[in-house]
Amino acid sequence: MRRVVITGTGMVSPLGCGTEVTWSRLLEGRSGAARVTTFEVDDLPAKIACSIPLGDGTDGTYNADQWMEPKEQRKVDPFIVYAVAAADMALADAGWHPKTDEDQIATGVLIGSGIGGLDGIVEAGYTLRDKGPRRVSPFFIPGRLINLASGQVSIKHKLRGPNHSVVTACSTGAHAIGDASRLIALGDADVMVAGGAESPICRIALAGFAACKALSTERNDDPTAASRPYDKDRDGFVMGEGAGVVVLEELEHAKARGAKIYAEVVGYGLSGDAYHITAPSEDGDGAYRCMQMALKRAGIPASELDYINAHGTSTMADTIELGAVERLVGDAASRVSMSSTKSAIGHLLGAAGAVEAIFTALAIRDNIAPPTLNLDNPDVETAIDLVPHKARKREINVALSNSFGFGGTNASLVLKRYA
Amino acid sequence: MSDIAERVKKIVIDHLGVDAEKVSEGASFIDDLGADSLDTVELVMAFEEEFGVEIPDDAADSILTVGDAVKFIEKAQA
Repeated sequence: MRRVVITGTGMVSPLGCGTEVTWSRLLEGRSGAARVTTFEVDDLPAKIACSIPLGDGTDGTYNADQWMEPKEQRKVDPFIVYAVAAADMALADAGWHPKTDEDQIATGVLIGSGIGGLDGIVEAGYTLRDKGPRRVSPFFIPGRLINLASGQVSIKHKLRGPNHSVVTACSTGAHAIGDASRLIALGDADVMVAGGAESPICRIALAGFAACKALSTERNDDPTAASRPYDKDRDGFVMGEGAGVVVLEELEHAKARGAKIYAEVVGYGLSGDAYHITAPSEDGDGAYRCMQMALKRAGIPASELDYINAHGTSTMADTIELGAVERLVGDAASRVSMSSTKSAIGHLLGAAGAVEAIFTALAIRDNIAPPTLNLDNPDVETAIDLVPHKARKREINVALSNSFGFGGTNASLVLKRYA
Repeated sequence: MSDIAERVKKIVIDHLGVDAEKVSEGASFIDDLGADSLDTVELVMAFEEEFGVEIPDDAADSILTVGDAVKFIEKAQA
């Protein structure tokens, strides 16, 4: 199989618009959590979220008008605009702007979303009920469909290769990058624009996830302390939003044009828990097999893992993942650092795996493990370094990123320093 | 311009994001103002909402310019 490397990254996150601004704030230990002020939350059990900082586009703020014309924004859900923004940044970062038929056809898009345009579906439902079917906009469907993130990116940049999407809840972003890597490895494309996008900060999503008992509801008055993976006082995840997109490229293609290489995608694993619609199996076997498959594909023993970007949502499931990782690394536990960046940016659902894969690549690039914020009292003892509070400088050559989703769907990516 | 023409023009400017001077009576939504087939469906819905008229699908198909829309609405309201 052909080798695949990451040559561009882009993101819109609760810490900022752009990969580098997000990364530097993440390493500083900043949190993106705050009380929601853009809609009514008094009657919701969870009143906090990690929202994208809006502004004029300077100082890391997000200005949608920079990425899509206002009249086009009106027709689509915000998750699509986030995807377009992140893809624009990733392509610019990679310096890949295909102009010839050959290059456009060799470049595909695979961007997913966990739940897509929920708020727009609610609004259209009200329109249908109150004004009748003749008032439902012709842009309702193409503005909400999850694969329209891939569609819009392909149209904007004339990317005419494989056009695909992924919907696997909170594993979406990791599956998108893994599947896109496979398309390159198998020769179906030379370049893939891959990742995930999500805009779930709306009343119906907060109500729905709270009903699943998935959200933190005890720290509405102390938002930045609410996402606390592995801590014994954690009580659920904090909703985030945004998008992460990478440019994946066949190694020789990247080398031939002198592209900057962040890391090589050497392993990808997938598994199903076959257990419960929202809870992971208590033995963590699905997570274990997923990571094991990714390492087997990479041809790297678990004892060589330096860093793991955990799924770690700040729910009861954190310790199940930790147990699976301990089983995986065995005696090598003390050499592994594992952190959950959801402690800073919240849970971006379908975008999480993509944003976290980028963090994993940057951890390799900069030899630094980002911190797990709010980890004051670990719930269980472990020899694994959970990187509490502060980023840790250390050698990182091989790193793994985990994503697990409702439905018992698991994805792991293994990245390696390209040398 | 009549009141109806002014209101039609405003809807067209808002929905298509075009400059006011481009929106003449003879301007074609698709050929001159950059609309696609979905934009024209939405424009017709906006006209119906604004003027409280019903524009049946076969009539909508013949509304191709700003002037066509104004004429249809004037007739429907007469």
